Amino acid sequence: MLDDKDRIFTNLYGWLGADLKSAQERGNWSGTKDILAKGRDWIIEEVKKSELRGRGGAGFPTGMKWSFMPKESKDGRPSYLVINADESEPGTCKDRDIIRHEPHTIIEGALIASFAMNSHACYIYIRGEFYHEAVALQKAIDEAYDAGLVGKNACGSGWEFDIYLHRGAGAYICGEETALLNSLEGKKGFPRNKPPFPAGAGLYACPTTVNNIETIAVVPEILRRGASWFAGIGNEKNRGTKVFCISGHVNNPCNVEEAMSIPLKELIEKHGGGVRGGWDNLLAVIPGGSSTRLLPKDLCETVLMDFDSLRAVNSSLGTAAVIVMDKSTDIVYAIARLARFYWHESCGQCTPCREGTGWMYRIMQRMVKGEANIEEIDMLLDIGSEIEGHTICAHGDASAWPIQGLIKHFRPEMERRILEYRKRIAA
Amino acid sequence: MPKLTIDGMEVTVEPGTSIIQAAEQLGIEIPRFCYHDKLSVPANCRMCLVEVEKSPKPVASCAMPCAEDMKVHTNSPQAQKARKGVIEMLLINHPLDCPICDQGGECDLQDQTVAFGFDRSRYREEKRAVKDKDLGPLIKTTMTRCIHCTRCVRFGDEIAGIDEMGVLNRGEHLEIGTYVQQMVTSELSGNIIDICPVGALTSKPYEFTARPWELRKVESIDVSDAVGSNIRIDTRSGAVLRVLPRLHEGVNEEWISDKARFCIDGLKNQRLDRPYVRVNGKLEPASWNQAFAEITEKLANADGKKIGAVAGDLADCESMAALKDLLAAYGSKNLECRQDGAQFDVSQACGWRFNTTIAGIENADVILLVGTNPRHEAALVNARIRKTWLAKRIKIGVIGQQVDLNYPVKYLGAGPETLAELASGKGAFAEILSKAQNPMIIVGQGALSRDDGMEIHALVRAVAEKFNMVKEGWNGFNVLHTQASRVGALELGFVGGDLEKMLKGDVLYLLGADEIPVGSIGKDNFVIYQGHHGDAAAARADVILPGAAYTEKNATYVNVEGRAQQAKQAIFPPGEAREDWKIIRALSEAVGKTLPYDDIAQLRARMAKANPVFANIDTVQPAAWKPFGKDGKHDAAPFSLVISNFYMTDVISRASRVMEECTAAFLNGTKEKTGTHG
Repeated sequence: MLDDKDRIFTNLYGWLGADLKSAQERGNWSGTKDILAKGRDWIIEEVKKSELRGRGGAGFPTGMKWSFMPKESKDGRPSYLVINADESEPGTCKDRDIIRHEPHTIIEGALIASFAMNSHACYIYIRGEFYHEAVALQKAIDEAYDAGLVGKNACGSGWEFDIYLHRGAGAYICGEETALLNSLEGKKGFPRNKPPFPAGAGLYACPTTVNNIETIAVVPEILRRGASWFAGIGNEKNRGTKVFCISGHVNNPCNVEEAMSIPLKELIEKHGGGVRGGWDNLLAVIPGGSSTRLLPKDLCETVLMDFDSLRAVNSSLGTAAVIVMDKSTDIVYAIARLARFYWHESCGQCTPCREGTGWMYRIMQRMVKGEANIEEIDMLLDIGSEIEGHTICAHGDASAWPIQGLIKHFRPEMERRILEYRKRIAA
Repeated sequence: MPKLTIDGMEVTVEPGTSIIQAAEQLGIEIPRFCYHDKLSVPANCRMCLVEVEKSPKPVASCAMPCAEDMKVHTNSPQAQKARKGVIEMLLINHPLDCPICDQGGECDLQDQTVAFGFDRSRYREEKRAVKDKDLGPLIKTTMTRCIHCTRCVRFGDEIAGIDEMGVLNRGEHLEIGTYVQQMVTSELSGNIIDICPVGALTSKPYEFTARPWELRKVESIDVSDAVGSNIRIDTRSGAVLRVLPRLHEGVNEEWISDKARFCIDGLKNQRLDRPYVRVNGKLEPASWNQAFAEITEKLANADGKKIGAVAGDLADCESMAALKDLLAAYGSKNLECRQDGAQFDVSQACGWRFNTTIAGIENADVILLVGTNPRHEAALVNARIRKTWLAKRIKIGVIGQQVDLNYPVKYLGAGPETLAELASGKGAFAEILSKAQNPMIIVGQGALSRDDGMEIHALVRAVAEKFNMVKEGWNGFNVLHTQASRVGALELGFVGGDLEKMLKGDVLYLLGADEIPVGSIGKDNFVIYQGHHGDAAAARADVILPGAAYTEKNATYVNVEGRAQQAKQAIFPPGEAREDWKIIRALSEAVGKTLPYDDIAQLRARMAKANPVFANIDTVQPAAWKPFGKDGKHDAAPFSLVISNFYMTDVISRASRVMEECTAAFLNGTKEKTGTHG
């Protein structure tokens, strides 16, 4: 269990103030000028050493991502930092609490990251539904401007830095980094083809790095306490602390900052207050937000919550949004509901996802009732394989994974329903 | 230059080349729906997925640039599976209405399903249906068939410069449409029919007309403007059913204007299909012999000086050459092709050609438009200007009428005074021009079709010379004509007569000339009208000789650049109508002045001997820069525009119902129709 002294987000629950003064009392904005004074290369090197991996879901090493940005502009194009606060993955609510209660960690992180990437402007793209969060964040930004922490001479470092908040309009796909850039530019939120990657041509075709809110928010504390502190938490290649979102059939749904590689069972028992009706009442867990493949109870006993351990059991850490389902859950219906979500949120740009998500959703609807053929279970898998990896962005993959997880672990349940349905209509 | 292997074959390509282009260089065709050579690359259909070694996922070959040592497999099991999947996905919401779809037989989806798809469908759920859109009188929509490749949207954005079409909604509810219900108002709109890979956008006038395998296809040249667009004429049982563009990078790329595409129904209306002779003041049907006898009698007594000939806008070079020879036999030099009364110096080819060439526009960095609306006068020249603007954001200035062009322009003034000011180096635009590397000027007929045309001609030359528009390797002086026959006539020397005098002469030979002031023809003037449509001039004629339209004869046309191109006969002329040069040849024999050629090859050899332009088909030979025009005072009147209705400019388009509908919809469409209308 993570020691209190190792927590980065000491006000995750909003028990203390979110205002600048309270934030400074908690240690935010302390020594920012000195950090900047150590220079760009030092910051990137330190982030690399900390082994911080992106908190948005893909887990790409942050320091490496930053190092892709041009050191200086050779053709006059500016560099941009874009912060992704379009948190819409079902089950995920970590960024929301950070924005509400710890906005100054974001703004400080934005300044440091922008400085490290030679960017004078940072855009925060916040989910449209997060109205109150946008108000809270804007308030914090205004405070920071008034205090001279950002602006013409940010923190007295001489670095000119502007930070803009942009509200989205409620499309899940705009959380995909390139769709986000299109949306930010005022275009339709369609993901872009890669290459070119944002570091080469992103926002307004300028070098851009898109980072998750949490990734940015942890950076100042890492630099203050040192990379080795952060790299000392968690298992190899999965370092540091992470905000986990525990929801579903637990006694105490919550967000909690914990060490990476904490066992899933410990996370649920300690922080989630245990599964409703006891651990044995557990059916399955979706470990990292709705798109990740679910884990049945036997895997949940031992699995560790980090990128590589979850990959080893054919799932993924994603956003670390743990959705717990007890035995009262209609698991086929639950996944059918997720299939509906991905159908509804597909941008429609590329064929497999536009057409395939609806197809899978409709089959899943029938599967819930058992109104299907046994062979259609395999067909469902095949359709998933026609979508997965064939699309511009990862939405296609994300739509196929939950169903793949269901079929892998709950195939007997699906077959049972089909046979029962047949018996019923035969009678 | 990256070197890569595709299907085991090595190829070295320019940096930035995509895999699909590299494969094309090797002759490997990767299937695609959304990718189009001339449009941006969205990579959304996913049909062109290929396997690239070391890449975990299949790669969209249209969007992936080639890299060194890449190993691509276009037909591996992984690629095949990806394609199969995409086809299956495309078909789940595509109606199986091929038997009643106009695209059937030339449908990319149909072809690629046969080539790469499953032989049956696994989809058992309900299909989606989409409401059709009203895009005007030219384009029929069946939006349920749409596969959302967005080619039409990109064509609108990039080539046509219209942002009316877009993608609405998301996911399965995605629709192509105009957000506010409106028509697609572009003179290039018909091209979205061609680029649509399925039957979502089809031709309204061609609706349910024919299947592609029933058609005879003839490669020819369009005459609806002076661009000389390369077209393919599709015919069946002696009727032209449709016209499609043909690729020519130097002229029309792969687009044509709506007029070229849709005016063809005018070929069936108002046709002159037999000779007529005026008897007692009334035109009576006659035989060829009667008509020739009438002419012979008249010409026998005529004074050569009082015989004149005017070539119309659609006249082909062969007939003009023959007619010139015939008149020469009578000692007449009264020839004119400028029906509109345009006045400019015809002594130098550089003075009336589009010297930069159409493809050359792409090298320009500043363009000055004088007295022209290229959008209506030469839609594909305008498309090049837009293409150049889009690529390089070049500066474009306009002198003349303020018109709605689909790129931003700097409006400088209305008439010759602005031009004179510019010639003296005054104004902000003069500075832009003087700094330009490759400036060009495009002079429209609106600037020259006036009494002081000669002076304006000299003035624009002065502007070109002042700003160094003509130099080694670059000629930025351009005159834009609007008539298909004009440049050919100028090359042949079918010019120089006094139109006013000719109208009051003894004999007037009109070779399809309908735009002359017919009312001013002298009462005693004997008018021979040779042409294919009963338009303005035929009504005044004393003898009518029925000729052939451009689809009905083998003929040469010279476009604005001075590029001679040969149209091919696709169908036979109706009734007793004949190819035009043959009529003149036959007439020459009847009148006893037999012309010295018996077939078209001999006639063309004669033309080629007279002017090398005709010897080198489909090439542009630069004209030497020599002074032209006449210095002098010019009128202060602003420049006018020569085309007020893009859809009706010649006898064919004036006889076309479709063009009439377009006029009603696009030009007069703002007036709300009430219940008492029609």
